[in-house]
Amino acid sequence: MRYVIIGNSVAACGCIEAIRKVDTQNPIVVISDERYRVYSRPLISYYLAGKVDESKMYIRDEDYYEKHKVETLLGKRAISVDFKNKEVILDDESKIKYDRLLIATGGKPFVPPTKGFELKNVFTFIKFDDVKAIDEAIKGGAKKAVVIGAGLSGLKAAEALVKRGLEVTVVELANRILGSILDLEASKIVQAELEKHGIVFKLETSVDEIMGADRVERVRLKNGEVLDSDIVVFAIGVVPNIDFLKGTELKINRGIVVDDHMRTNIEDVYAAGDCAEGYDFVFEQQRVIPIWSNAYNQGETAGYNMAGVEKTFDRGFPMNSIGFFDVHMITAGIVMPNSDDIEVLVKHDREKNAYRKIYIKNGRVLGFMFINSIDRAGMITNMIKEGLNVESIKHRLLDEDFGYLDLPKELRQEKISGGAKA
Amino acid sequence: MAKKIFPKEEVCVGCHLCEVYCVYAHSKYKKPTAKAHELVKLYNKHKDTKPTPRILVEEKSGEWTTFALQCRHCDDAPCTKACITGAMKKLEDGRVICDEEKCVGCWSCIMACPHGAVRRGENKKAASKCDLCLELGEPACVKNCPNDALVIKEV
Ligand SMILES: Cc1cc2nc3c(=O)[nH]c(=O)nc-3n(C[C@H](O)[C@H](O)[C@H](O)COP(=O)(O)OP(=O)(O)OC[C@H]3O[C@@H](n4cnc5c(N)ncnc54)[C@H](O)[C@@H]3O)c2cc1C
Ligand code: SF4
Ligand code: SF4
Repeated sequence: MRYVIIGNSVAACGCIEAIRKVDTQNPIVVISDERYRVYSRPLISYYLAGKVDESKMYIRDEDYYEKHKVETLLGKRAISVDFKNKEVILDDESKIKYDRLLIATGGKPFVPPTKGFELKNVFTFIKFDDVKAIDEAIKGGAKKAVVIGAGLSGLKAAEALVKRGLEVTVVELANRILGSILDLEASKIVQAELEKHGIVFKLETSVDEIMGADRVERVRLKNGEVLDSDIVVFAIGVVPNIDFLKGTELKINRGIVVDDHMRTNIEDVYAAGDCAEGYDFVFEQQRVIPIWSNAYNQGETAGYNMAGVEKTFDRGFPMNSIGFFDVHMITAGIVMPNSDDIEVLVKHDREKNAYRKIYIKNGRVLGFMFINSIDRAGMITNMIKEGLNVESIKHRLLDEDFGYLDLPKELRQEKISGGAKA
Repeated sequence: MAKKIFPKEEVCVGCHLCEVYCVYAHSKYKKPTAKAHELVKLYNKHKDTKPTPRILVEEKSGEWTTFALQCRHCDDAPCTKACITGAMKKLEDGRVICDEEKCVGCWSCIMACPHGAVRRGENKKAASKCDLCLELGEPACVKNCPNDALVIKEV
C-alpha cells in the first residue's frame, strides 16, 4: 500500500495525521510544486506586515515528515494523472505509483483578463512567494498600492501594506466590502475602521487597465478614474486548482466532486480542501468551502478512509474568524439569507462598536455575524453543527455573557462532562 | 486516556479563587508557597492589563448556580483543526496546549471551540487556555478550590 498526496498544505496535513493514527508503516508520498515545507497560507499577510518571521510561517515542526514517515517531492508539479495505471506524472516526466491517491491541490488566484497584467509589480496574493516578491518591491521603493478585491484576502493584503507604510486604495466591484460574510451595516463598521487607518475605497467599480512602461505606474478604473500606483495586488478570489485534471474521467463540477467519505467517482482517488466540492450542511448543497478548518477536516476524513477506517464528514459549512487592526469578527453559516421564513435577531451596541446578528429557522441557528463581540462564539457555531433547538434561549444569544448557564441543566452537564461524571 | 477537570456546580460558590490561582500559577511571579495576600499583590502589579485566567467562572445575575469551566481537552479538539498557525496542538499525553509564541490572535480557535473555553489573553495578543498545569504536578485550580468544586479525573 502506497499513499500519494498531491498538494502540501493543510488538507495534506489532515490526511497524513489521520493515516498515521491507524497505519504507521505504509509509505506516504507528498508532492508539491512549492518548495517549502508545510506553511500557513493565511499567515502570508502577517509575514508581509512584519508580524511573523519566516520561522513562524511553518505550521508543523521541522521533523514532521520524518516523524510521520513521509517522503516529500517538493518543487515538483503534477502535470497529469493516469488513473488506469494508477500513476501521477510529474513535470520532470517521472511517474509516481499510487495505491490510494489524495488530490489536495487547493485553490489558485482568479484573475480576469486585464490589460497590463504582465507588467512588473503586478501580484496575486496566495503563496509565500507572492509576499516575498511584494516585500522586494516595497524594499525597492514602492509607496502606493492598489488592491483589487475587498474580500478577506484583499483586505488582509491592504492591512499589511498599510502597516508597511504604503498608501493603499482598494477597488471593489460590489457596493460593500466583505460582501460574502457581512451585511451592509456590518460592512460599514469594518470599512470605517479600515478608513481610519488610511485605506481608501473605490466601490462599485473595477480595474480597466494597468499602465506603465515596464512596471506599474498607474491604474485606470472602469469609472474613468486614474490612480498613481507602484504595485497592484489582485485578490478577487480563488478557484479550484484542477486544470491539469480537466478532460479526464474524474468528475468535476466547480471543484472535484466528493461524497461524505471524500471519495471521488474514481476508485482509490480522494479529494479534499479548496479543490474539492463537498456537501455544505447548512446550505444543503454541494459546494466548495474554501476555508482552513474545512480543508483539514476533509483531509483527515480522506486519510482515515484511505487507510481503511470508515469515517464520514457531513457537517461542513463556512465559518470565518478574521480581524483588521482593532476590529475582530466571527461569522458562520448563512449570513445573507434570502427567504422570508427566517427570524433575525440583531443587536448593535454603537458605544462599543459591537454588532451581533443571528438567523434562526425552525428554532435552529442558521448562521451568525459577530463583530467586536466574539467571545465564546464557538458555542454558537457548534449549535449550528448540532442543529440544537434554541427556541427557549434565543433572547440570550445576542448577549455577550451567553454561556452554559443558559442551557437546561441536564444538557449543560452532559456537554461539559462529555458523558463522564465528576 | 486524557485527564480532564470536572466542575461540580452543586458545591461551587462562585468565589473566583480558581481564577486567581490559575493566573498565579501561570505568572512569572509564581512561588510554590503563595499566600492569598500575595495573589492580590500580583493582580495589583498588572494594573493596566488584568491578567487573564485560563478558567472561566460562569455566573448569571439572579441565579445561584455557578461553576468554573476550562478546556475539555477534547479528543477531536476542533480548535487545533481551525488554528491557522499550528500554535494550538494536541500533545501525546492528551493535553491540548497553545504555543503563545506562535499564536497570532486570529481567534479561529474561539470560532471552533464548542465549549467557549478559549479566552483572549493579555493585551488580546494570544489565546489563553488551560494546560492542566502539568509541570506543577496538579492543576492550581483543583488544588486550591476551598470547596472541592473541581476534580481532576482520567477519562
Ligand atoms: C491570504 C489568504 C488568507 C487566508 N486566510 C484564511 C483564514 O484566516 N481562515 C481560513 O479559514 N482560511 C483562510 N484562507 C483560506 C485557506 O488558506 C485555504 O482554505 C486553505 O489553505 C486550503 O488548503 P488546501 O490544503 O486545500 O490547499 P492550498 O492551501 O491551496 O494548497 C495547495 C497546495 O498544492 C499545490 N499544488 C497545486 N497544484 C499542484 C500540482 N499540480 N502539483 C503539485 N502541487 C500542486 C499548491 O502549490 C499548494 O502548495 C486564506 C487564504 C489566503 C490566500
Ligand atoms: S479549547 Fe475547546 S475545542 Fe480545544 S480542546 Fe479545549 S474545549 Fe476542546
Ligand atoms: S488565536 Fe492563536 S491559537 Fe487560536 S487559532 Fe489563532 S493562532 Fe491558533
